[in-house]
Amino acid sequence: MHSETVTQLSASLRQRKFSATELTQSLLARVERAQPELNAFISIEAESALAAAAAADRRLAAGDAPALTGIPIAHKDLFCTEGVRTTCGSRMLANFVSPYDATVVARLRAAGSVLVGKTNMDEFAMGSSNETSYFGPVRNPWDLSCVPGGSSGGSAAAVAARLLPATTGTDTGGSIRQPAALCGVTGLKPTYGRVSRFGMVAFASSLDQAGVLARSAEDCALLLGVMAGFDTRDSTSVDAPVPDYRASLDRPLRGLRVGLLQEFFDKGLDPKVEACIRAGLEVLRGQGAQLKEVSLPSLPHSVPTYYVVAPAECSSNLARFDGVRFGHRCENPRDLKDMYERSRGEGFGAEVKRRIMTGTYVLSAGYYDAYYLKAQRVRALIAEDFKRAFTEVDVLVSPTTPTPAFAIGAKMNDPVTMYLNDIYTIGANLAGLPGISVPCGFVGALPVGMQIIGGHFTEERILNVAHRFQLETDWHKRAPEGYR
Amino acid sequence: MSLTRRDIDNIAHLARLALTEAEIPVYIDSLSRIIELVGELDHAATAGVVPMSHPLPGLTQRQRADAVTESDRHELFQRNAPQAMAGLYLVPKVIE
Repeated sequence: MHSETVTQLSASLRQRKFSATELTQSLLARVERAQPELNAFISIEAESALAAAAAADRRLAAGDAPALTGIPIAHKDLFCTEGVRTTCGSRMLANFVSPYDATVVARLRAAGSVLVGKTNMDEFAMGSSNETSYFGPVRNPWDLSCVPGGSSGGSAAAVAARLLPATTGTDTGGSIRQPAALCGVTGLKPTYGRVSRFGMVAFASSLDQAGVLARSAEDCALLLGVMAGFDTRDSTSVDAPVPDYRASLDRPLRGLRVGLLQEFFDKGLDPKVEACIRAGLEVLRGQGAQLKEVSLPSLPHSVPTYYVVAPAECSSNLARFDGVRFGHRCENPRDLKDMYERSRGEGFGAEVKRRIMTGTYVLSAGYYDAYYLKAQRVRALIAEDFKRAFTEVDVLVSPTTPTPAFAIGAKMNDPVTMYLNDIYTIGANLAGLPGISVPCGFVGALPVGMQIIGGHFTEERILNVAHRFQLETDWHKRAPEGYR
Repeated sequence: MSLTRRDIDNIAHLARLALTEAEIPVYIDSLSRIIELVGELDHAATAGVVPMSHPLPGLTQRQRADAVTESDRHELFQRNAPQAMAGLYLVPKVIE
């Protein structure tokens, strides 16, 4: 059962090959067995999962079963989940039990999915390696000495290790696509505003977007169809119809104009990763796509732009953690100021404090124009570059990351080197565009991901390209030894 | 540009973060490097460019009618409070 995709499992459940209860028991056992080795979960909810599976079996028997009935999934521990601990990977929220469901959680629940647990992540989604989690690092199932990427590292590792067929994630600067690439799974970040952010613990509100990690583009299409849509409780949610993302998956690629992002085939790119991407591009060309080099001159500014905008929004969003209404409070505060400062100093980890301080600095008197406003102007240039590119091509293709997974501990002492992991993914967030990472080869034992970016609200198109690519390749079907 | 101990003390104060002595040199070093990284933006020509604050052009923030939509669930919400009593959040004394 564990080797089946969501689409296959859904058919098997309807054909009564096994029940939702049997499936959930089987995958729960895998989750629990892998936990000491991978640390992919912060919470495992066995009891409520089995109850949900029993309910799913009743719905299947009654013939009243929506698309995801009986499919075991897990949420990144950043989605508020009613009655379940929602920690965001932080000591600050280590004991926080959410009083309500995020819209993503509610929609996937209503579609019949079975929630098995909450996945490990970089603290407050700030990291590219899952090493900043208060609950310890996640290990990459392809090589246990390596990181799984981040911040949705637990979600990516769980899918890669065949613990679950799909998980949710969030992507502020690459936090779905980068771990998907490093773990050899398919990861979709939708257009900003496509999926409601209600109930997501906020990091950078103009960049955050929820998405999905799964083993195929087809499964991403299925889950996105459930997650997407207008929500009055998110003021940036876009009121646009949700298409059937699966309907256009098979569309032939003949005549498709594929742009190669020149700025990303640069000196920082590992030549072995580049070889995988070039081979992947040939697969698209073989299906009739036309390849064309495209230049986005402002794109090299995306990392510095992001590391002004994201920390600025983070410092503002995380001001809510004051030790008063929820979250960690220090022992025996002398006065209110002491309580704020020590609660925050103790509750936040090193990287979160670094980002709060960076944001505080760039927003402070005398620096606001030089850093924050400047970054917002450069962000406009980057968005304009993408807009121009999409008048010439239908999709843009690049590597998802410059290198495969790196060793745990290798980059923790140098934040700037760590930040450069997101060099190819940040642009899509700054411009609000959808992007998907698909497995496209290996460097040694480690997977490589290819990124496909589309214009606003063209998820159908990038899913179509990813699906056609997966019909011709089997990289996405490979499983790490020990987890087959 | 290199930040000083005074800069870090000031930023930590503005951000309401208590730092340990051991953390200070780490943040002097790493924040200086981050400020150097973002300083690259000086090289971008942005004269006349309108700052972008929302990723979807043309969309404005929706507003809803000024009507009550939530029910009173303060008991549930206060279960997550570090200290609450009689429906109130308890904090250290503010006024002597």
